[in-house]
Amino acid sequence: MEHSEDSVHVNVLPPNKEKIKKLWTVAGILGAVTAVEFVIAFAMHHGPLKTAIFIGLTIVKAGYIVGEFMHLRYEVKVLFWSILIPMIFVIWMLVAFVYEGIAISDVR
Amino acid sequence: MSSTTTAAPGRSEWDGGVSPMGVSYGKLMMWFFLLSDAFTFSALLVTYGLVRSSHDAYQGAVDAFTFSQAYWPIPEKVFEAVPFLHGVSLPLVFVGIMTFILIMSSVTMVLAVEAGHRMDRKAVEKWMLWTIVGGLAFLSCQAWEWAHFIHGAEAGDAVAQGTTFFGANLSHNQYGPPDFAAFFFFITGFHGFHVFSGVCLNFLIYYNTVMGTYDRRGHYEMVEKVGLYWHFVDLVWVFVFTFFYLV
Repeated sequence: MEHSEDSVHVNVLPPNKEKIKKLWTVAGILGAVTAVEFVIAFAMHHGPLKTAIFIGLTIVKAGYIVGEFMHLRYEVKVLFWSILIPMIFVIWMLVAFVYEGIAISDVR
Repeated sequence: MSSTTTAAPGRSEWDGGVSPMGVSYGKLMMWFFLLSDAFTFSALLVTYGLVRSSHDAYQGAVDAFTFSQAYWPIPEKVFEAVPFLHGVSLPLVFVGIMTFILIMSSVTMVLAVEAGHRMDRKAVEKWMLWTIVGGLAFLSCQAWEWAHFIHGAEAGDAVAQGTTFFGANLSHNQYGPPDFAAFFFFITGFHGFHVFSGVCLNFLIYYNTVMGTYDRRGHYEMVEKVGLYWHFVDLVWVFVFTFFYLV
């Protein structure tokens, strides 16, 4: 392979220790939040508060995945908001349809 | 940020010739594809919310829970089996393991992207391979999860016609209302298909890396683009885990 015609010279840089450490920190946070969710699943009674905590922790995890792993936090603001703003419709969709579901349940 | 390009004097940066969003065409289109895919998954999960909230919820104590067609089951009572530990009740342990597998494969993916920035082919190969292993491990877990769900628990449950029914299909299941199993198959199935596609794409990237395609091209941006897709698959699982298994 070393003598092949199309071999190109590539300048390999050393690992970015600081960046790699940060990525593992984010991984640790994601693991820890999942562990906390797991504990809450059995430590708390079912109810609106438990659901709210789960949704809150899920948004924390989503923030770390999209912001750090997918690098969106460091992108240009136009791109950042172009992705985030449309998701507002999903929040409304969730609220509206669950409300509708409860209404259907009352009619039954 | 610093990657923002500036337009020529007298012209807006939206007039062409520059990238106002500071990313390449391919990455931008991947972002908008993922946004549309997020809408699809949102539709599935929101529909789950609608149908679930239109059914009666189980009211009694968690310990006294039994499967019934009359109310929506508590997920932790349905998903409590772990391979090789037959008959032991370990609620949500197996999905917990699956979640960790997917998070770890997301980490190895982001390490592959970091190595790509440094043009380090050996490191990209190593981390892509780990990512593929993680994806295959997750798919294997899901195959077991499906098999167990379809074959069912020992007791089974009486369906409306008065016969005992074991496991689940699209029209009957022992765990609760028919919609429950239908949503399980559709939501985890659609996600699992995304994982499968992701593993195929990851393998393609791994192959191209080994063949030196990206060294010749001068950059490893394809690793970033497929990385975005792979993180999205992880992201969706985070939501499925919460809304299907925890809530």
